[in-house]
Parts: sequence; structure tokens; C-alpha cells
Amino acid sequence: MDATPKQKWSLFAVSIPVMLWTLIPLFWIFSLAVKPSSIQADGKYVPREITWDNFRLILTGGASDLFLPALRNSIIVCLLATLISVVLAMFCAYAIARLDFPGKKMILLVALGVSFFPVISLVTPLFDLWRNIGLFDTIPGLVIPYLSLTLPLSIWVLSAFFQQIPWEMEQAAQVDGATSWQAFRKVIVPLAAPGVFTTAIITFFTAWNDFVFAISLTSDNARTVPAALAFFTGASQFEQPTGAISAAAVIVTIPVVILVLIFQKRIVAGLTSGAVKG
Amino acid sequence: MSQIQLKEISKVYADGYEAVKKVSMDIADGEFMILVGPSGCGKSTLLRMIVGLEDITSGDLMIDGKRVNELAPRERNLSMVFQNYALYPHLSVYENIAFPLRLNKGGISDEEVKKRVGDAAEMLELNDHLERKPANLSGGQRQRVAMGRAIVRDADAFLFDEPLSNLDAKLRGQMRTEIARMQRRLGVTTVYVTHDQTEAMTLGDRVTVLKKGVVQQIASPRELYEQPVNLFVAGFIGSPPMNFLPARVEDRSLRLPFCEVPFGEEFADKVKGKDLVIVGLRPEFVKDAEIQDPVPGAVEFEADVDVTEWLGNELYAYIPFESDEAVRAKLDELDRDLDGEGMRTQMVVNLEARSRVREGERARFFFDPKLMHVFDPENGDNLTRNEEEAKRIAAESEEDRKRALERAKRKEAEAPA
Ligand SMILES: Nc1ncnc2c1ncn2[C@@H]1O[C@H](COP(=O)(O)OP(=O)(O)OP(=O)(O)O)[C@@H](O)[C@H]1O
Ligand SMILES: [Mg+2]
Repeated sequence: MDATPKQKWSLFAVSIPVMLWTLIPLFWIFSLAVKPSSIQADGKYVPREITWDNFRLILTGGASDLFLPALRNSIIVCLLATLISVVLAMFCAYAIARLDFPGKKMILLVALGVSFFPVISLVTPLFDLWRNIGLFDTIPGLVIPYLSLTLPLSIWVLSAFFQQIPWEMEQAAQVDGATSWQAFRKVIVPLAAPGVFTTAIITFFTAWNDFVFAISLTSDNARTVPAALAFFTGASQFEQPTGAISAAAVIVTIPVVILVLIFQKRIVAGLTSGAVKG
Repeated sequence: MSQIQLKEISKVYADGYEAVKKVSMDIADGEFMILVGPSGCGKSTLLRMIVGLEDITSGDLMIDGKRVNELAPRERNLSMVFQNYALYPHLSVYENIAFPLRLNKGGISDEEVKKRVGDAAEMLELNDHLERKPANLSGGQRQRVAMGRAIVRDADAFLFDEPLSNLDAKLRGQMRTEIARMQRRLGVTTVYVTHDQTEAMTLGDRVTVLKKGVVQQIASPRELYEQPVNLFVAGFIGSPPMNFLPARVEDRSLRLPFCEVPFGEEFADKVKGKDLVIVGLRPEFVKDAEIQDPVPGAVEFEADVDVTEWLGNELYAYIPFESDEAVRAKLDELDRDLDGEGMRTQMVVNLEARSRVREGERARFFFDPKLMHVFDPENGDNLTRNEEEAKRIAAESEEDRKRALERAKRKEAEAPA
């Protein structure tokens, strides 16, 4: 469906407040990141002068041994969590969408229930457990809680996508001579691709933005960026680390923006149109 | 190439509904078998059991003499065109057609794939569209892609589930002849589901008529038309459908709403003890007595014409009559079974276009009583079915089929490779 110019303009008008609402804080962070520390607290939205000192500080300067390893940890943890979560959710959702087995409703409900569970209540027991079994401050120690956080939603999203794919696609593949695995890999997964990317992005963001687990379950070795930011100190004892924190925040936003730009094209609805007549 | 045998196959769905009841049939190598019947009579179910997408509750399915009940679809080596085509939307037309070949592990080289897809595309005139996605194709093109996917590999049989049902009339006619030509050329055993009369009559070597999961008759189109076994088949085959008239059995004649038809000795036995029967008379067997001289032995009658429809090449005249209460229930039931539009208390006759019969006028007609069918109102059996004639027609059509196959093979052999 193509919108008429009039519809386009009215949509645009509606989206302006939303855009402002979300962009103002972003610009604010950016402006804090480029303000020299002397005018940090001047209360002006637009910086009077611009400096890259804060970026230099966290990338090459004094804060870099705190920030760079954290960035690396963040990337590894998030990619791992995303990958595992998507693959697991894919199989699980496929089974839920295609098979009729006892307890199917139960699984879906439990998954939904788990995602309502307050994260903070998990942290203390996990902390104790991780200390005992040696997962504290390790990468798997973070990946596992992220999985439990993201799997329920991923399963829900993906099973909705799988359910939309007509059964006949798969039956056609079977008749064409495909094994169940071939039918899944060559027909179902490509058709569910928008769903897979959606889940991947949700999972990645959840893990990327998590603070509670990151600060409680890690120490120096596996600390991720959100937790590391809390440990920033100013250039001197009397300075607030606001500038450095803002600069770090800007940097960690970049991968998110890139991801969205890459996957935006893939998340196109209506990929299944043309499969069947009508 | 293969022979498919169904032995007392039944299907009970999970909810307890018995969709197919003890269906038996033999489909010969290279034969074109049609399954017809009203909506919901179990045609698709039967086809899906043959291809392996639906479990067989009881009975045996044999392909080339081997029981295949438990084989997975891919082990049966049959190819199917789905009612809604089920093309893979993420693949181009080329890749859609090549899909079955690509699955064949290790077997087929890229060149071979290219050649085979090329051949199929050539035959189906898809060459210009190979790089396009199914979403951008017209209905007829999609249908041809689905067909290409089915014929590209050497399947033992083709199964079609109402492949033309969503096309417009013109395209349907075109595709119909194309399918017929292709089937003859390839000589592959084919099972074709439809509820379109014309497709059933023109495409099939033999036609299976199903009603509520039960086979009514398996015969060549001509036999179905000329020697139906019961009311249902008689009413289902033919367009416009056969007229059913109540008839009182009298001493030596049948009393129809418009006329009286005398009958001979041997027929008297068949209707002995009955005082009411249903007479079936095809619209095209009634002639206009004004423009044509009655054949010897014809029955003449006069009737008021209610409505006429002139179609250029023919003229339909509708003649209302009083239905007999005693057969009313039976005819209503038949009408429901046939998905009919309502009670038929009028007779349709199909006259020549030059006929001067006009609506609201009284006209004279005649018909040859030898062409008339008489049905038992109790169980619907055809009392006038001539078994010998039926056998003769069956033998004839079988011979025709073999000749057509041979002709196609010869042509294939002569054609430069
Ligand atoms: N999965 C199912 N579970 C229960 N009953 C079913 C199922 N599929 C079909 N049926 C029933 O089986 C009967 C036959 O269905 P089928 O699809 O074979 O009919 P059909 O002859 O192909 O009809 P149509 O011409 O409308 O396609 C129908 O009465 C239908 O309600
Ligand atoms: Mg059907």
C-alpha cells in the first residue's frame, strides 16, 4: 500500500514530536561529550566550544584501560548471547509452531511469565551461585543470564513468525524431496528471516544495555561498558566524569545505530507474499 | 512411470471425522485419473494420502506393487502441484523450479540443473521470467512455475490439486489443453483433483466420482455420461445437469409430467413392484419438433415454456412441472448432495439455436426414450444401465488411451533430440 502525499505529510507531522522527544536527550549527551570540562555545568544545551578531549581520554588516555576492555567484553558477550539465543529460540519456536505436543501452552505461558520476573530478584541468588561454581566475572557468567532474559521474548516473536508461514510451503518442500532439516533450513528459515533479525536485534539491545547483571556479576575481567561507566572518575578528584561518560555513551551508541541501519532493510514485512495465489 | 493402486483406503481425521471411506482404485501406468466430487467429499484428502502428507488410517497404498503406506513423501518420488501453488517466495522462478534438483545430494551437476530447468521453462514458456520472484507473477505464470517444479525431476507420478481453480475462464481453458498435451508427451501417471466438469470430462482417461468419501463410479468420461450407475453420478456429470422427473409406473408405460412413455417386456421386470420411479433426461436429448422430424419411436409432447435463453450456438428453454410429493424428498436430498442451488421443479432443454421456441408459448418437443435413464427412488440405482454397453465403452476408451500414449511417444521419438 502506497501512501498518498497527504498521508505522508500527516504521518510526518505526527512523528515530529516523537522524534524530538527521543532526540533531545541524545543531543544532550552528545553536547556534554564535546563540551570542555570547564563549561560542563554551564547549563547550555548547545556547547559554546567543541573539544574532542573526552573521546581522547577514554580511547587513548587515562580511562582507556577501563573503557577499551569493557567495550571488547560488551561486544563478545552480546554477540554470543544473541547468537545462542536466536538459534535456541528458533528451534523452540519452530517446534511450538509446528508440533502439537502436550504442555505446549504451558511452555508459552511460562516463557511469558519468566519475562515478567523482576530482574533484580535474580541477581542476588545468581551472585552467590556464580561465586560458588566459578562463573563469577566470566563471559559465560553474563551470557547465561542474558539468555534467560531474552529467550522468552525471542520465542514468542519467532513462533508468531513461524505460524504465519503457510504449512504448505513445508509440505511442498517435503514432496519435492527435502528432509525435514532441509525444508527447515532452505524454506522456513529464509521465510522467517524478518523474524530472526527482529529477535536478534531485540536480544542484542537487551544485552548491550543491561546494567544490573553487568554490575553485579562481574569484576575486572568481564565488565561490560554500562558497568564500566560507573567506575569512571574525573580527570582530577574535583572534577565530575560527566564528559567522559557522555563520550563513552556516544561511542556505544554507534554499533546500535549501525545494526539498525543494516537490519532495517531486512526487516521487511510481506516477504511471504506471492507464495500462494490470491 | 508407475502404477498406483489403492486398496480399501480409509481416512479418519483426529477429530473422528471419516473423510474417505474404503476407496479402491487402480491407476494404470501413464493413465490420467481425475477425482471429482462436490466440495468436502474427500478429494484433497485422498490425494494427500497418496503423496504422503496425510497418514492412511487403514488400507494399502501400492506404487508399482510395493506398499508405501509408511514411506515419507520424499521417498515416494511423486510430485505435486498444490491448490495454491505453494511457491517459495524467497527464491526466483529459476530457483523455484530447480529446488527439487538441488536437494538431490551429490547427484546433479549445475550444468544438468541448468539444462533441465531450461527445458521445463521452454515447455512452459517461462524463459522470460526466470529471474523474477513469484510475488511479481500473474496467476497463470505462478501456476506454470508450480508445474515446472513438478515436472523438472523424474517423478513417478504427478498429483494435481485443483491447479486451475483460481484462474479466469480463458486462462483455465488454455492451461487445460497445455496440461493435457504435457501429460501425453511425458506419459506420466497423473492424478488430478478438480470439481470442474469440463476439466474432468476433457482431461481424464478415467474419472472417479466421489460422494462423502465414498466412490460412486470409476469410468471413462463417456461411460459416466452415457451409463451412470446412479442418480448422483447422473446429476453430477453433464452441464446443464440432467433433468430428473417423477414418473408413475403404469401397466405398460411410465407416466411423466408431460407425456407417457411406453416400455417393453424386459423393462417391466426391473420396475416390478414399484409405482414411482425417477426418470433422468439430459437437456440435449430433447428436441424441438417444429424444426426436426421425430426419430422413429420418439415420444412427443407439448409443454409451456417459461423462460428461454439464447446463447448464440444453442437455446435453453425452461419448462416448469409439478413435482410429485413422493419423490420430492429424494430429489431434494440429491440436490443437497450436489451442492445445488435449490429445488428443480423445472426441466431444462437444450435446443438448436435456430429453434423458434419462445418464452410464454406452448411448444412441441420430442425425445428418444432409449436415451432416457430410469432410477430407483429408494437407493438411486440406475435401472436402465446397460452393463454390456458400459464394458464396450470402457474397452474402447482404454484402447484410445493406449493409442494416444503411443502416438505421443512416436512423436517424441521423431522429434529431433
Ligand atoms: N485436518 C482435518 N481435520 C478434520 N477434518 C478434516 C481435516 N481436513 C479435512 N477434513 C474434512 O474432511 C472432509 C474432506 O476434506 P477435503 O479437503 O478432502 O475435501 P475436498 O473434496 O478436497 O473439498 P474441496 O473441493 O472443497 O477442496 C471435509 O469434510 C473436511 O471437513
Ligand atoms: Mg480440496
